[in-house]
Amino acid sequence: MIEALSLTKVYGGKAAVDGIDFQVKPGLVTGFLGPNGAGKSTTMRMILGLDRPTSGTVTIGGRGYQGKVWPLHEVGALLDARAVHPGRSAYDHLHSLAAANGIARARVGEVLEQVGLTSVAHKRAGGFSLGMFQRLGIAGALLGDPGTLMFDEPVNGLDPEGIIWIRTFIRSLAAEGRTVLVSSHLMSEMALTADHLLVIGRGRIIADMPMSELMARHSGDRVEVRSADPERMAADLRAAGAQVTLEPGGMLGVIGLGSRPIGELAAERGHVLYQLRDVTASLEEAYFRLTGESVEYRAAAAVTSGAVS
Amino acid sequence: MSARAGTASRPVIGLDLRLRATAGSEWIKFRSVRSGPFALSATALTVVVGAWLLGDANRGSYLAASPVGRAAFDPVFTVFQGIELAQLFVGALGVITVTGEYASGLIRGTFVATPQRAQVLAMKALVFAVVVWACCTAMSFAAFFLGQSALSPAKHAGIGDPGVLAAVFGAGLYLTLVGLLGLFIGVLVRRTPAALAVLFGLLAVLPIVFAQIPGTITKNLGEYTPDAGEQAYHLLPDGAYTLGPWAGLGVEAAYVVVAALVAFALILRRDA
Repeated sequence: MIEALSLTKVYGGKAAVDGIDFQVKPGLVTGFLGPNGAGKSTTMRMILGLDRPTSGTVTIGGRGYQGKVWPLHEVGALLDARAVHPGRSAYDHLHSLAAANGIARARVGEVLEQVGLTSVAHKRAGGFSLGMFQRLGIAGALLGDPGTLMFDEPVNGLDPEGIIWIRTFIRSLAAEGRTVLVSSHLMSEMALTADHLLVIGRGRIIADMPMSELMARHSGDRVEVRSADPERMAADLRAAGAQVTLEPGGMLGVIGLGSRPIGELAAERGHVLYQLRDVTASLEEAYFRLTGESVEYRAAAAVTSGAVS
Repeated sequence: MSARAGTASRPVIGLDLRLRATAGSEWIKFRSVRSGPFALSATALTVVVGAWLLGDANRGSYLAASPVGRAAFDPVFTVFQGIELAQLFVGALGVITVTGEYASGLIRGTFVATPQRAQVLAMKALVFAVVVWACCTAMSFAAFFLGQSALSPAKHAGIGDPGVLAAVFGAGLYLTLVGLLGLFIGVLVRRTPAALAVLFGLLAVLPIVFAQIPGTITKNLGEYTPDAGEQAYHLLPDGAYTLGPWAGLGVEAAYVVVAALVAFALILRRDA
């Protein structure tokens, strides 16, 4: 289990991580979700003892990372897959990591086999594709057969085949009872991988809940209505207790009233309807609603949910 | 795979085992990239072939020299002058041994595997020093014998002559210390070009600056530049330096120690 208590990191007077508390539990894939610059990588670096917290603590299995001896037996991490000397072979790279933690040399061949890099094991890593780097990084995380695994943006830049491979692999690791923390800035990716979600924005935890709960709570249904007199229609809908937004082209976006009562109300008040449509909010929209307040750097113009990534 | 999440307790791992594991890892890293063999081959070529060329070129000039010139002739230093160029290769190897890891981001992987950063740096420096010392000492022996045979029949030295063995070992030690200075400067600066600039400035530019400015202050300061260690491979005292071989190496070692102390302090304190 990974546990953070009031974890804070301040860079140049600005809090990149602002007093966050969370627990990452075994047997689940915990998604660490947030826009770029929200503090995901900083938090992960603090978990691994690479960055020193300004205040607060974070522990794995009850102990801080700095005090661990041969930690690869306990924790495996993929931070930056490209962090490999380009002139060194995949085999030598993993061998040096294994040797540092007293891991048998035979294990290097095993993890290379597991990620499907056996055929290029002795090639210089400089010629690897991004997908191969990701596989090599995962092999490194698996060397010590650790109970806790952390992956920072593992599907970034991968082709569809690679994405499916990593997704399946991560799920199987959690199914074996391991603690798995996966960061991403893509809600759609998390929806397919994570059981539990930690949403971070501007250095604070915005949501900490099971994936299913987040989906239920934040994807409220919406109805789109077109009518001959949108102004009067909007006033009538509001009077009935709905939340109405007037959108371009006379479209009304209605939340809090289903399409059926809206139709009945229109008939009762003599409105002419051109369109009445149920819209189910996507997870991306739910995510955007959550992080809308906390996006660090956004274009000044109209922001749509697509722009969050 | 049931008892997971750090509940399994492993036996306590002794310090000797940990140090050996870190040193083993650093050795694998050192030998698995080409920069080591490249830099050491360039060093060997410069020192050994240089010794033969220098011996050959100085044979004739010695025989034509006056008795005073002959008395001032140092057959050991003469053939070791290639070290002035070779030290840049060894120093650069020290720099990139560290900065290469920072440039690729691998240093984070290293610290994730071994959070004891002082231990990592100490073992990295130790592995580097042992490898470079063994290679450079072997080179200086080869350079000595080749250079002296090229000098003959002009004045030349035998390995058993007074001070000669110390000078040959001194050449290897001088180069090893230059490499270590590069390694620790690499930790301080972290970027390859800047670290190389600092190292070459200390080794090649600073002594020239002090030599060019007249006056006793600069002359005295000039005694304490890192290349004071060069006296270790002189058989006769060099005009510019008066400290002597061991004190000279001591001055060079002092630079290494200061750089090391700052490097250890920074590597422990900085975010990786």
